[in-house]
Amino acid sequence: MAEFWDVYAWPFIWIVLKIFFIIVPLLVAVAYLTYAERKVIGFMQLRMGPNVVGPFGLLQPFADGLKLLTKEAIIPTGSNKVVFLLAPMLTFTLGLIGWAVIPVDEGIVLSDINVGILYLFAISSLGVYGIIMAGWASNSIYPFLGALRSAAQMVSYEVSIGFVIVTVMLAVGSLNLSDIVLAQKELWFFIPLFPMFVIFFISALAETNRAPFDLPEAEAELVSGYNVEYSAMAFALFFLGEYANMILMSAMTVILFLGGWLPPFDVSVFTWIPGIVWFTIKVACVLFVFLWVRATLPRYRYDQLMRLGWKVFLPFSLAWVVITAGAIVAFDWFPQ
Amino acid sequence: MAILERTAKGLLLLEIIRGMFLTLRYFFKGNVTINYPYEKGPISPRFRGEHVLRRYPNGEERCIACKLCEAVCPAQAITIEAEPRSDESRRTTRYDIDMTKCIYCGYCQEACPVDAIVEGPNFEFATETREELIYNKEKLLANGDRWETEIANSLAADAPYR
Repeated sequence: MAEFWDVYAWPFIWIVLKIFFIIVPLLVAVAYLTYAERKVIGFMQLRMGPNVVGPFGLLQPFADGLKLLTKEAIIPTGSNKVVFLLAPMLTFTLGLIGWAVIPVDEGIVLSDINVGILYLFAISSLGVYGIIMAGWASNSIYPFLGALRSAAQMVSYEVSIGFVIVTVMLAVGSLNLSDIVLAQKELWFFIPLFPMFVIFFISALAETNRAPFDLPEAEAELVSGYNVEYSAMAFALFFLGEYANMILMSAMTVILFLGGWLPPFDVSVFTWIPGIVWFTIKVACVLFVFLWVRATLPRYRYDQLMRLGWKVFLPFSLAWVVITAGAIVAFDWFPQ
Repeated sequence: MAILERTAKGLLLLEIIRGMFLTLRYFFKGNVTINYPYEKGPISPRFRGEHVLRRYPNGEERCIACKLCEAVCPAQAITIEAEPRSDESRRTTRYDIDMTKCIYCGYCQEACPVDAIVEGPNFEFATETREELIYNKEKLLANGDRWETEIANSLAADAPYR
């Protein structure tokens, strides 16, 4: 019996607790990301944003959540019910499980696996399935069009994200996310790899279906894309998943290019602040740029989107992989 | 050369960065919206809102049932019936305005020789039923009592321009 507790039960409870401590702050962050988005865009348009529920409208996300919870979930008669209900769950789950490998501080990570970056890449690529399933199962034209667009878009931009990751791999010599962060102790990668940083960020926008690449949910043409037929909690799960994905991509940007939990300068005042705070601040900054971009740029046309992905980013990132590899070999900068 | 310049501009994201900084400047500008139910924008003295029937300071109603407003009303929203009162002065027995027909042109106010029918500054008179928007004389006189101060002020402010 004692063996059962020591070998199985306690580790299990410990892991569940750890998951709990990741998921709860993450969901709160998602809730306040929706609030921040409305506030930031409001301020950029000289409006006030939500300000009625609670002080400064701070309880708005919970009011919205409650509203969606209490609404009736409508399942269209023509839909494939199983897939229809599975799609939002899948999107939501995929938005969360990526966090299993994200190191928020030195050693604070759920599973410190050696292929962390590949895992993240795989998870973010799987995100398209939720959208395709939703679009197909709805058995309706707009969701289907939105899902097709989304699939094509995500596949296109994943290619250049892959090359960006390869470049970082070349500079680090490891696939472990903690190693990637520690390799930036001297210099954050966004300085030597600046073009790749920009490409990664723009591709992350496309990958999360954010403006200016939000064609899958282009309100003007597709009503709201793949989630037209969804209501109540199923819709809320899509929303949560989408925003969790945004936070995940920002965390990826921070880990790959902005030095993860490392302070900007290795001096005493900065090192006193715990790494998790630095990590949070950096993720928040990247997320602000996500919202800022949305408030600034109009939506791309579909052919422009494809041109950018295949004819600009792909050759550019491919060339940069070759340049980086060449520089590493030529100047003998091999990572230890 | 032009192609080179355009490519360089595109690759360096110059226009996008310029746009981004424009929105960032607006971000710190502070908002211009007013918090509507709690704050309201200024209204011109000539604002044509909800109708009122006014009274003289002694409490006598101004309307003399000349029916000029009824005649001038382009939407035919006003219905007036009149007969002499016990003191032999001409008064309305019925003064109805169908607010759902009214186009708020202000002609009734222009036509009135005694400033009895006036469009006041109130624009928040939405109702839940259609019937409530068919105003009778009591409602209009009650409106007049409610908005008299504001209307007197705005009439005085606009008088030099008439």
